[in-house]
Amino acid sequence: MANAAEIATAAARADVRNRWWLAAPALAIVLLAAIGPLVVVVLYSFMVKGDYGDVKYWQFSLDGWFSVIFERDVFDDTLKLADAHLTILWRSVKLSVITTLVTLLLGFPVAYFIATCDRRWRDFWLFMITLPFWTNLLIRTFAIQEVFRNEGVLNSALLWLGAIKRPLQIMFTDLGILLGMAYVYLPLMVLPLYASLERFDFRFAEAAADLYASNFKVLRRIIIPMVRPGIIAGSILVFIPSLGAYVTPRLLGGGRSLMLGNLIELQFGQGRNWPLGSALSITLTGGVMLALLVYVRAASKSGSGHHG
Amino acid sequence: MRSLVTAAASIFALLHIGTANAEGVLNIFNWGNYTSPELIKKFEEKYNVKVTITDFDSNDTALAKTRQGGNDFDIVVPTSTFVKIWIDEGLLLETRPDQMENFKNVDPRWVNVDFDPGRHYTVPWQWGTTGMLVNTSVYSGDPNTSAIFLDPPAELQGKLSVLPEMGDILTLAIYYEGGTDACTSDKNILRKVRDRLVAARPKWLSLDYPSLEKYTAGDFDAGVNWGGASMRVRLENPHFVYGYPKEGYPIWMDNVAVLKTAPNVENAKLFQNFVMDPENAALISAYARYANGIAGSEKFMPEEMKNAPEIVVPAEFLDKGRFTPACPPEVNEMYTKIWTEVLK
Repeated sequence: MANAAEIATAAARADVRNRWWLAAPALAIVLLAAIGPLVVVVLYSFMVKGDYGDVKYWQFSLDGWFSVIFERDVFDDTLKLADAHLTILWRSVKLSVITTLVTLLLGFPVAYFIATCDRRWRDFWLFMITLPFWTNLLIRTFAIQEVFRNEGVLNSALLWLGAIKRPLQIMFTDLGILLGMAYVYLPLMVLPLYASLERFDFRFAEAAADLYASNFKVLRRIIIPMVRPGIIAGSILVFIPSLGAYVTPRLLGGGRSLMLGNLIELQFGQGRNWPLGSALSITLTGGVMLALLVYVRAASKSGSGHHG
Repeated sequence: MRSLVTAAASIFALLHIGTANAEGVLNIFNWGNYTSPELIKKFEEKYNVKVTITDFDSNDTALAKTRQGGNDFDIVVPTSTFVKIWIDEGLLLETRPDQMENFKNVDPRWVNVDFDPGRHYTVPWQWGTTGMLVNTSVYSGDPNTSAIFLDPPAELQGKLSVLPEMGDILTLAIYYEGGTDACTSDKNILRKVRDRLVAARPKWLSLDYPSLEKYTAGDFDAGVNWGGASMRVRLENPHFVYGYPKEGYPIWMDNVAVLKTAPNVENAKLFQNFVMDPENAALISAYARYANGIAGSEKFMPEEMKNAPEIVVPAEFLDKGRFTPACPPEVNEMYTKIWTEVLK
């Protein structure tokens, strides 16, 4: 008996070992490609900035981190909060939250429509949703520019219809950035929502309706709680890339107002302050991770209330 | 694991030796969309050399990439602002272009430049100016002033596009506020510069690199722009004129230099000499649309460039243009703060 148990444990051990070996290449790539660069960025954020870009290697300094939040005034040398950085951070967060809400409002009906339409048509609609991913983000952004701009498709059509007298200035405004971001990230919201809604058993909705729940109540009390994982997944997928978005604000917003991504780029380029750029990047990464943790915690708590 | 590392290391070593010993090769590291294919073809045929071109999109990127090592670039084309940094950091080879056969063709104006006195390292590639581009059918006032974007007339407000170049924009504003040094640390002037830019920014429409069709399609009616790009706009829409700010404006020049780590030094030197030939220099200009600094190249230039006011600076504005050096680190830090403050 002891012998058989020993053989069993040995086999189990061999199995574990094999699994590690098989997973090793993927783990190595993750470690090298994801964590490696992150370590470099962390190290750079603690070094002295080089005179013309780069850093002075292995000279420790907290200046990079210090200037994320504080700065010495250029003119009177007093120490104060780096309100420019905070303003830019706030603008990015605000824009990301609004983008997430807009994509949720637009994406939910779409996902609902696809999940409830005839099975034969679902694949077609899903295909249509994923179609923009076939094209590079930069090209899609340029394309949407052609729609918005003063001489673009939208304004020409509205002018022709007589709905407006002068072209609407959408390009280079915050509205332009928002519309562009919503357009770019909408599929990332629709797909997880669809995955949740597709599994949703519509007999629950029927039962609620039979019990005299209004349509709105069915949506609020039955559907939304049960597809919450999809809503959360979609929101995370939209919120995180929005926060670091660089191309869309730059092209559609005209770059007149800095976003977090642009601020970081400035430090690595013309600002020649790599430690500050690194510290800002880590701040962004840390903030996203924190938001994610809080989000997932809150979600799992309220989720467990419903399922037991 | 160790054997894997060794294997990888030896592969890399082999690769490096492989390229270092290759003959008839020249690797150019230049700004994107800036190197005339005709020029390269001519060079390849004349010297039986295979040329490769790698693009960069800013001086900072070029510097960072080169410093990082692991490349086999022979030629790099930094802007005047940055040449001194490249020399001081020991990245460039002293190839003595001033002793090369074709050096006699270099316009004397560009020989004793402060970033490379006497031209011991670099050869002129192209030069140009940063000025104002104005649609005269919208605004008929004087285009030759930085007030176009720093104190915009009512007609142009909300229709202005400004280059996202911290250096150029601060330099223009410093000159406008009476400063003479592009890297000034005079706080009285810098305070005025900051206030001026903060007040002007809401009147701009965008802060972006120039796009020809946005000017010609009417998205922008004016802007801060480069001479060559402005000429292309004017050729499409003759209402546009290019203004040279009378308060002072920046001149820039891109220069051909050879890297100290260049695997093909002899070919690189041949190339430096080659681009100082007027006929070849004209090819550069014909492609990228800027002046080149080689005397006698004018007669080989395309017709529309010979008398273009965006490229041939009118005599009255000649002395208002100044080279801007790369500002010292502490000054650059102040400028970055002001710039962030303006764009926050």
